[in-house]
Amino acid sequence: MSKELIRLVDCRMDFDGETVLDSINIYFNDSEFLTLLGPSGCGKTTTLRIIGGFLQPTSGDVLFDGVRINDVPPHKRRVNTVFQKYALFPHLNVFENIAFGLRIAKVPEAEIRERVAEMIGIVSLKGFEKRKPGQLSGGQQQRVAIARALVNRPKVLLLDEPLGALDLRLRKDMQNELKRIQQQLGITFIYVTHDQEEALAMSDTVVVMDRGRIQQIGTPEDIYNEPKNAFVADFIGESNILDGVMRADYVVEFFGRKFRCLDRGFAKDEPVDVVIRPEDVDIVPPDSGHLCGTVTSVTFKGVHYDTIVDFRGFKWLIQTTDLHQPGEYIGIKLTPNDIHVMKKSVYSGMFGDYSSYSAEYDEINDPDAVIGGEESPEEALNEE
Amino acid sequence: MRRLGKIWTFIVYLFLYAPMIVLFVGSFNNGKDLSEFEGFTLANYADLFRDSHSLGLLLNSVILGLASAALATLLGTVAALGIHSLRGRIRSLVMTLTNIPLVNPEIVTGISLSLLFVFIGRYMLGTENILGFGTLLIAHVTFNLPYVILSVMPKLRQTDPSLMDAAQDLGCTPLKGFFKVLLPQLLPGIISGAIMAFTMSLDDFVISYFTYSSKFVTLPVEIYTYTRKQIPPMFYSMFTLMFFLILFVMIGMNIVQARDEDRRKKHIKA
Repeated sequence: MSKELIRLVDCRMDFDGETVLDSINIYFNDSEFLTLLGPSGCGKTTTLRIIGGFLQPTSGDVLFDGVRINDVPPHKRRVNTVFQKYALFPHLNVFENIAFGLRIAKVPEAEIRERVAEMIGIVSLKGFEKRKPGQLSGGQQQRVAIARALVNRPKVLLLDEPLGALDLRLRKDMQNELKRIQQQLGITFIYVTHDQEEALAMSDTVVVMDRGRIQQIGTPEDIYNEPKNAFVADFIGESNILDGVMRADYVVEFFGRKFRCLDRGFAKDEPVDVVIRPEDVDIVPPDSGHLCGTVTSVTFKGVHYDTIVDFRGFKWLIQTTDLHQPGEYIGIKLTPNDIHVMKKSVYSGMFGDYSSYSAEYDEINDPDAVIGGEESPEEALNEE
Repeated sequence: MRRLGKIWTFIVYLFLYAPMIVLFVGSFNNGKDLSEFEGFTLANYADLFRDSHSLGLLLNSVILGLASAALATLLGTVAALGIHSLRGRIRSLVMTLTNIPLVNPEIVTGISLSLLFVFIGRYMLGTENILGFGTLLIAHVTFNLPYVILSVMPKLRQTDPSLMDAAQDLGCTPLKGFFKVLLPQLLPGIISGAIMAFTMSLDDFVISYFTYSSKFVTLPVEIYTYTRKQIPPMFYSMFTLMFFLILFVMIGMNIVQARDEDRRKKHIKA
């Protein structure tokens, strides 16, 4: 449906002998909203600056429409950038800031007026044409920066944490605004952020990065529901990550119990990481629970309660709409749908609270019974 | 206590400006001497504007001031850009090297420049009279450079480094980006550097004295030769005019700076 526009092949970036990017392979499709997501120092901004032409990779190729553009300077690329702190020109008013790229390209005056007016409409800044950037609020400066880039009709718009300096409320509004503009104009957006919520809400594709490497590429749903490793699971949303062993296809063992799951293709008895999302866990009376534990603390979060439950030394985060007081003994129920199995990675053991796993857990129930029944995973899905 | 402070401040400024007041009054004096006021006259001003020799000296000083200020501004701005791109130790070393000429006694600068020029003239160009407008200009540019660098550097530091990225992103070559985006940000610093360089050059005597020749004499150098004789009263009117000229330039400079400050404050608030 959409064709490939930009491709990075084996891109590597070294600064002072330190590797910032390590063999990045990625492609960007036309009209796609793609987000590079990761903690600070993960290499996402470096990747963006390589695409913008402000940095040249130490090795590897940057392809635009199949043509190698490593040596093409920024001013010759059909790419525009919205910078982190907007980088508006303080000596020019809003109109002239937006018109800047068109004036450099020697577009006729009449067309400049028309195109700038159109952009001012799109970013809702009518009446602000004569103001200087210093007389605008953060959100308004943000819009000018977006208009200044988009008025040049780039093939690709690069956005470097553009909402980072705005307060929460304004950020939510601008997220919707950006998504609307992207869909309206059909331009490829490559968006850099460390805010996972922002990434999930806006993107068609999310690229999770850490330590200069791509950890996972996928749709927001994929990334959230099927994280590839403990880093992704922990960075995107909250996760309880446990040590497990894959006993067979669709059967994973953890806490000394076997659970039915939806994952296959692992070696028999392969050690794995098991992810359980806090909102997927159902709290039930202790006698009907697969696992039982004691509530140790509760935090009210508005929509739900963050409930910390101690399963004999192993603490889980569970999000429920029902209040369970600290000290209460509860059971939990897991369906195959709630369990996600991941291969072990360098990140295993760094996230989730499974270092304090207690072997005594075995005693609770018959360890050989497979929880979740013998039915196939597909049927389990249909029940939901 | 507060009133005492005010009175004291008044005395300090009276002390600072008393010589100017004497000169100002003297420029309208009908007598030959400053010691006695013999009646109001504009004759001194009329004499001044009729005396082509003195006006020529003033013109020399202004030409030298403008030329050396222009050159120092150009070189100083480029130097500031270079220094700004340096990092860490080397940068602070270069800034120290920039500051030393400012505190170096003028007479040392003057004599060393004179020795250098004579050396170059005698052993490299084979001439005994190298001194002239050229050497004066080089000398003035030399002592003006640090002032320009020091007034451009803070502007460079205040400028968002991503502005140049943005200019290139929007289609500017690096050079075009400099003129369209960076230069307007530096302009207040460049202007105040240029004005400072001009005024420093205009009233320099010590360094000029060691690097001039009779082919091109500046006003301060010429006036020095009068100090043993009676200074013609028309010079009082010239100095008065110069004082007001510099005063207006300073006021202009302050207005530029205040406006710039104002803009930055608004920017921070937003």
